Amino acid sequence: MTKTLFDKVWDSHVVRSIEDGPDVFFIDRHFIHEVTSPVAFLGLESRGNSVVYPERTFATADHNTPTINQHLPVADPLSANQLNALERNAAKYGISHWGLGDKNNGIVHVVGPENGITLPGATIVCGDSHTSTHGAFGAIAFGIGTSEVEMVLSTQCIMQPKPKKMRINVNGKLGAGVTPKDVALYIIAQQTTSGATGYFVEYAGDVFEDMTMEGRMTVCNLSIEMGARGGMIAPDAKTFDYIKGRSQTPKGEDWNKAMKYWETLYTEEGAEFDAEFNYNASDIEPMITYGTNPGMGIGVTKSIPNAASVEGGVETYKKSLGYMSFNEGEAMIGKQIDFVFLGSCTNGRIEDFRAFCSIVEGRKKAEHVTAWLVPGSHKVVDQIKAEGLDKIIANAGFELREPGCSACLAMNDDKIPAGKLSVSTSNRNFEGRQGPGSRTLLASPLVAAASAVEGVVTDPRTLLQTA
Amino acid sequence: MAYDKFNVLTSTAYPLPTENVDTDQIIPARFLKATERKDFDINFFRDWRFNQDGTPKPDFPLNKEIYAGSKILVGGRNFGSGSSREHAAWSVYDFGLRCVISSAFADIFKNNCLNIGVLPVQVSASFADKLFDAIFADPKTEIKVDLPNQTVTLLSTGESETFEINSYKKDNMLNGFDDIDYLKNIENEIAAFAETRPF
Ligand code: SF4
Repeated sequence: MTKTLFDKVWDSHVVRSIEDGPDVFFIDRHFIHEVTSPVAFLGLESRGNSVVYPERTFATADHNTPTINQHLPVADPLSANQLNALERNAAKYGISHWGLGDKNNGIVHVVGPENGITLPGATIVCGDSHTSTHGAFGAIAFGIGTSEVEMVLSTQCIMQPKPKKMRINVNGKLGAGVTPKDVALYIIAQQTTSGATGYFVEYAGDVFEDMTMEGRMTVCNLSIEMGARGGMIAPDAKTFDYIKGRSQTPKGEDWNKAMKYWETLYTEEGAEFDAEFNYNASDIEPMITYGTNPGMGIGVTKSIPNAASVEGGVETYKKSLGYMSFNEGEAMIGKQIDFVFLGSCTNGRIEDFRAFCSIVEGRKKAEHVTAWLVPGSHKVVDQIKAEGLDKIIANAGFELREPGCSACLAMNDDKIPAGKLSVSTSNRNFEGRQGPGSRTLLASPLVAAASAVEGVVTDPRTLLQTA
Repeated sequence: MAYDKFNVLTSTAYPLPTENVDTDQIIPARFLKATERKDFDINFFRDWRFNQDGTPKPDFPLNKEIYAGSKILVGGRNFGSGSSREHAAWSVYDFGLRCVISSAFADIFKNNCLNIGVLPVQVSASFADKLFDAIFADPKTEIKVDLPNQTVTLLSTGESETFEINSYKKDNMLNGFDDIDYLKNIENEIAAFAETRPF
């Protein structure tokens, strides 16, 4: 049988299949963080189990961590308690732990690839839905619940029925000012927030082949926002270059052996998908969301659609616009904003900071805008400094914070106040996602930068600095 | 974690027809700071149930006395989208619900529910509409969810629909078993498999 990339990786990890039931699915790499793991460890202990393969689990602290003064004790006692629990559990079971202040610390989906833990053809899970990020390397990676975290710790397997397969092809060349984030938001707008539920997506075509690894991570990261379990891209020379030599990547003979496997990881001619979609790069412009789910996105120059023209319930649509204080038919360009958030596992990598700087260089932050620039990891911070981007950022009136999830989810101190409007490079614009009552517009780092300097929603193409 | 067995459940239901209800609404991130699994009912739909000053919003279905004590929630399409936080399923359970009915569920939420003993029942959009209409017409409308026969019935009219669940999960729910019990039983097979992994 001709196989897809997804089939090859999935099938090679099935320990056994249960008739009219799930597959027993082996997990190569498991990431844990402070929020979704403590109860899993409690469960493990109450059953008298232990961690079977501690070397396959990696712990990092990110969701709860402050993004200023990380050298001081964490002020919120509940956050501190979770962070301590993670550290204690990791130590107790011999799991590597990158806590606050560790040079390898950062957002789980940023530090995994940076350290070569994320590998092609691997199965990767984490108690976090954006685990789909790691699919950029040709891995099968997806989010799991805490019961499953306990399963992986105590058995290294979970039980999953094999999802259906979808391929999304985007061909052609992206226009100036159009980024991987825009490609993803465009696809989600076409698919809606639930269009890919039950599917695992493979992204194929020129646009993804041309994309950097950072860009591919942004796209795969957002797969979950159309309901897909995950998304993946076949590994190529760019993938192998990226992982080669990283601290946890196989070396020497192990590398050669792994390469032999990795080179088989592509979808064979004629392999079948349960669903397939084709989009043109030239139809994609810089995107922005206007509602309360990531599927509610439009080209930044467009107006908010009328309720009659959207799929789904009119009541829900109106409730969403009501929450945003927007009206049908309004233009997005020119809306006054209060906050800008650059960061998260979607857009907190070096390339995102380069993009942001390409717009703000030689310009100034609008006075009324509060901007939070939060690198995804310490390695990203180091790279920002090595490239001198920190100077550009400072000269334009911005400040760089310390790594973490920050305003992506309103769990730490970085919360957008009620009613305030934020252009955010993160992944979710749900009600209250960035703080109770906060209003979020999802966009690329370029749109965020242009809006930060103009103080209103801005099409970045009007500010592109051509050489 | 072991949970109560599920067999046949007959109950009134809370109606929540809003579509795309995400797990950030079911339980906002700021309430995920516990290191133990208890009392997640308090913050179930926190920002939809309560004003910022902590007073309840009387119009929200989960606050309405007429539905109080229901063990079923009928939700809008694409219920439970977003984050993988199992806390959302825990809060459903802790609030006293044993079953969520919707015309579509987000995958991870559905999985999490099954893992902790909350039965997600997927029905057709037209049947979901019937349930909503019946509940809005009469809040005392009872719904019967029969797991052994995989049927959901609107008792007032006798209309019924079958629902899907694989026989493995069904067996687990009927007996209160979970996946760890199963996996621990095949430990040796997993260990042999692990030996074959290249990395
Ligand atoms: S940055 Fe946001 S989406 Fe990513 S892991 Fe952190 S909280 Fe989750």
